[in-house]
Amino acid sequence: MPINILMPALSPTMTEGNLASWQVKEGDEIKAGDVIAEIETDKATMEVEAVEEGTLGKILVPAGTEGVAVNQVIAILLEEGESASDIDVEAAKSNAPAAPQAEDAGKQEKAEKAKADDTKSAAPAPAPAPAPQASSGDGDRVFASPLAKRMAKQAGLDLAKLQGSGPHGRIVKADIDAALDGKAPAKAAEAPAAAAPGAAPAKAAAAGPSGKAFADAFGMEYELEPLSKMRKTIAQRLSESKQTVPHFYLTIDCEVDELLKVRKELNGRSDAYKLSVNDFVIRAAALALKKVPAANASYDPEGMLYYKHADISVAVATPSGLITPIVKAAEGKGLAAISNEMKDLAGRARDGKLKPEEYQGGTFSVSNLGMFGIKHFEAIINPPQGCILAVGAGEQRPVVKDGALAVATVMSCTLSVDHRVVDGAIGAEYLAEFKKLIEDPLTMLL
Amino acid sequence: MADDTTFDVLILGGGPGGYVAAIRSAQLGMKTAVIEKQHLGGICLNWGCIPTKALLRSAEVYHLMSHAKDYGLSCEKPGFDIAEVVKRSRKVSGRLNGGVGHLMKKNKITVVDGEGKLNGPGKLTVSKDGKKVGDYSAKHIILATGARPRVLKGIEPDKKLIWTYFEAMVPEALPKSVLVMGSGAIGIEFASFYKTMGAEVTVVEVLPQILPAEDAEIAASARKQFEKQGIKILTSTKVTGVKKGKNEVTATLESEKGEKQEITVERLISAVGVQGNIEDIGLETTKVKTDRGCIVADGYGRTDEKGIYAIGDVAGPPMLAHKAEHEGVICVEKIASKDAHPMKKELIPGCTYCHPQIASVGLNEQKAKDAGYKVKVGRFPFVGNGKAIALGEDQGMVKTIFDEKTGQLLGAHMVGAEVTELIQGFVVAMNLETTEEELFHTVFPHPTLSEMMHESVLDAYGRVIHM
Repeated sequence: MPINILMPALSPTMTEGNLASWQVKEGDEIKAGDVIAEIETDKATMEVEAVEEGTLGKILVPAGTEGVAVNQVIAILLEEGESASDIDVEAAKSNAPAAPQAEDAGKQEKAEKAKADDTKSAAPAPAPAPAPQASSGDGDRVFASPLAKRMAKQAGLDLAKLQGSGPHGRIVKADIDAALDGKAPAKAAEAPAAAAPGAAPAKAAAAGPSGKAFADAFGMEYELEPLSKMRKTIAQRLSESKQTVPHFYLTIDCEVDELLKVRKELNGRSDAYKLSVNDFVIRAAALALKKVPAANASYDPEGMLYYKHADISVAVATPSGLITPIVKAAEGKGLAAISNEMKDLAGRARDGKLKPEEYQGGTFSVSNLGMFGIKHFEAIINPPQGCILAVGAGEQRPVVKDGALAVATVMSCTLSVDHRVVDGAIGAEYLAEFKKLIEDPLTMLL
Repeated sequence: MADDTTFDVLILGGGPGGYVAAIRSAQLGMKTAVIEKQHLGGICLNWGCIPTKALLRSAEVYHLMSHAKDYGLSCEKPGFDIAEVVKRSRKVSGRLNGGVGHLMKKNKITVVDGEGKLNGPGKLTVSKDGKKVGDYSAKHIILATGARPRVLKGIEPDKKLIWTYFEAMVPEALPKSVLVMGSGAIGIEFASFYKTMGAEVTVVEVLPQILPAEDAEIAASARKQFEKQGIKILTSTKVTGVKKGKNEVTATLESEKGEKQEITVERLISAVGVQGNIEDIGLETTKVKTDRGCIVADGYGRTDEKGIYAIGDVAGPPMLAHKAEHEGVICVEKIASKDAHPMKKELIPGCTYCHPQIASVGLNEQKAKDAGYKVKVGRFPFVGNGKAIALGEDQGMVKTIFDEKTGQLLGAHMVGAEVTELIQGFVVAMNLETTEEELFHTVFPHPTLSEMMHESVLDAYGRVIHM
């Protein structure tokens, strides 16, 4: 059956927009992800991507049409084996979900929010919805107190992205204050008691429902441990990172037989140090940053920061939670120096005796779960850093060498990258340099 | 017959906090009981808010009769019978007390007559006149035992010469002279009452300002009017000792600078604040903590002992009936897992019913500045308001304080006729988080005193009309 392509809502409050241009013509083959059209709102122009694949059967709303209501059918996509004769334009139109009523209240809201919308031009264009969303009727209106509206406007905050804590979810001053403090969760689910599973899947998926409210509601037994300061910081920073930093992930396998050999040899020569695989990883991570400085970077609205030194934050598990002591300017430190420094830092981290300057800062992170037998994982970036390297266990795996099956000790490493500052090719280049160093450890000794 | 000693919610104390909590609890379908040792409605209804308003109303009418000429009326030798004035006040309390009893019945709330004492978590023993009435238990026990007058050492009330509000409310005869110790709401209201009725009144306040919780400008304006009425006010002064005579008290007053003086009056009214009733209620059998004479409770009234809650005066300041009622509702709704929010204490209004009246909500100018706000202040005087002049009440002002950056209404402060009825407009505005803009666009009826509220807001932004 032909698929209706609907006018998307580019923001939760959008009720209509202009169809600026079509990027495809009738009869074009379309793959999911292809840009098919451009939509214009008061302030921003955004691309619409296809979510289904097929052949564009018919364009119903020509380019340049103004005031196209959200969820109006704008084109029809034909699936394999279908032809233009399968299209029943009238039916398509009548089947379309009712467009949200652009009521006066909505318009007023829009005018007030026009400025706030500016700041979120990067909002993802929701895929044309196959079914009516909760956006029809009053779902579009954001309830906020006058003071909250003004404060949001002054701070450039988008009210539509906030969860209100006032009566009936109204956004009040306290919510703006929390958002400005970086403490506010992005729009969360409805009160858990009301959130019957499946009732509002779209919202629930984006939400962190209160575990406590759920457990209480269903009479589950539990013990409540109050949040430590450290736990609060971890929760806040990592939520913020996952929600605001566009992560992508690159994985590479490194053979470490040679490294293990060199390590054994070096450890046999002196008692002044005892090198771990992680010490090699830290050194290689730092040297690779020296070779690919573009990966040693942070994104900032004012510009991209490229760091002069490779300050490596190393994730250390402690009884109260995760902490990341820093080996500063690690590119200039030898293996023995790194090793001894790490032992000292990790020991004091476990005792909770690190000074703030010893764990605050850092330009790049390393997290190693290899000792637990983890083969491969993806770490969350520690903002404002641009990358974090997740190191798996070195384990014997079958590898193909010169066309023949062989056994090698392989360690999978995954780089999580902030795409705002480091692009895919740079990430890949960095990992290649890292692999080279790990696989030829003597070059690390230079 | 169902078990009548086990409840979902047991409330110790039937004052405004307790009985309102009980009604809300019953509305939410919980089996509820109130334990009250004396009378439903508590201090507020029987010995506080309500009977004093009745007295002050008598004083107001008497004042108007005395000034009948100003209104073109004649009233030959206005007089009063203090016994009748007191009788009316008691009748008002009695009527409302009966009303609360009716509300309890209507909501099927059990009322237990007696003194309750915790007997460990979840248990209360009630006794009356030393005899045990019974043991009661509940999953949730709300302590709403209220407060009583604070007593200064060496100046202990004796019910005869040194009064608290209990005696000041039911005088057998009008004393010729009164010394009021403390210039908070209670002290000032009695000062105003006794002055209007013809007594010589002196007010002593240890702080530099009368009505210490109020905005300095408002307090100063009120002071000016009190002094014009003939009330003698001594600030930065304390009573260091008293000598009691047969029908008079001689008090030694000492100013901040160390100057001493003696003053002899017929009665001394001690109004130096109130303190929580935390004794003899069995707190020691629980993990409930206290701090400076009040029970420690969170924004939902929860104490350190699971299942035990505290609301109202006993849970700490501000010790106001409307705060207690609101806390009671929040506490009960939280118990019933309703979507409850802790009260915003900065939005609790305060009212003093002297002549002129004082009413306020939110931050005063000094506190707003101390909190780091850059403020915009608006003022409008009663003398610029048509209704005020028609009423013959042209003294007073309405003052509003805004945050310059966001336009948030931070506080409103008023002194003058009927302002206690006006303040609620600003309380609603603040609760809804309006800014100056919405207040500009609100239509205030003409002619009313409330127009001054509008003008004060306009004044803060340089747009005042009638000035």
